[in-house]
Amino acid sequence: MKVLLGIGGSDDSIRALEAVVARAAAVGDDLTIAIVENPRSPRSREEIAERAREELEGAGIDAPIRQVEGNPGSELVDIAERGAFDEIALGGGQTSPMGKINVGSIAEFVLLNARTTVRLIR
Amino acid sequence: MTGPTRYPDEPVGGFPSPPRTVEDADGREIDLRAYDGSDDEREALRAMYEAFDPADRAQGIPPSRPGKLEEWLDRILTTECCNVFAWDGDDVVGHATLVPENGPESPYELAIFVVQSHQGAGIGTALMKSILGHGADEGISKVWLTVERWNRSAVGLYEKIGFETTDAESFELEMAIRLDAGQTESTG
Repeated sequence: MKVLLGIGGSDDSIRALEAVVARAAAVGDDLTIAIVENPRSPRSREEIAERAREELEGAGIDAPIRQVEGNPGSELVDIAERGAFDEIALGGGQTSPMGKINVGSIAEFVLLNARTTVRLIR
Repeated sequence: MTGPTRYPDEPVGGFPSPPRTVEDADGREIDLRAYDGSDDEREALRAMYEAFDPADRAQGIPPSRPGKLEEWLDRILTTECCNVFAWDGDDVVGHATLVPENGPESPYELAIFVVQSHQGAGIGTALMKSILGHGADEGISKVWLTVERWNRSAVGLYEKIGFETTDAESFELEMAIRLDAGQTESTG
């Protein structure tokens, strides 16, 4: 399956990275990692790319890592359509101090606009 | 995640401190009291959440699995959090909690739950005022919450209390209030 993973650097996106890379290694998904803008990210783009390279290396697979500029949601939907991806994978939301799950605006846009399957990873 | 990047400039005060007793719209006497830290009161709260309708859960809380519910109660019933219970006799029928992001100087996240049998009778409003009165007594000034956008009755209640929307970009509305710590009604 051709999978586009969008990560912005939040903790849930890092968990998604780990889960999607592990699955790609296990079942042979054709994976592309897109690093998108997230003003609230605690990590820089370069840190995120480094983290993604480490994860791929640890799993023993190769995947292109793209730095994506512009509106994260619309860019992900656009890349998925142009590249004939089967699925967009994203972090499934952040947890608040008291444990409430909050789904971010990128996930909402992708869910409402993508023509592919969307997977939120928790 | 953390809360809002900005809070309303104007503080809101005058919230009544617990304990107090109100009569709800169905004529029941409801006691609003701060959690006393005892195991008995914790058990009463757990009983409320065990019987809670899953359809009234919000954003994954209260957790439905028993082990996860205990973990959640452990987290929110610590001494650094503020908790007010609404009692109908010996039963807890509502609960409001304030949980700090990162220590007592940080903003506090608020959540409130009322059991199905006691909804629509004004208990949520009374609980809300009591937890904010309790929070102000404890010196808390910044309080925020998230609420599902479709939950108009909850959003209306929060607006009436004085919360302002600080982020409307996601599924959940983020709302915040600034408490005036010196302005609560004294109960003596």
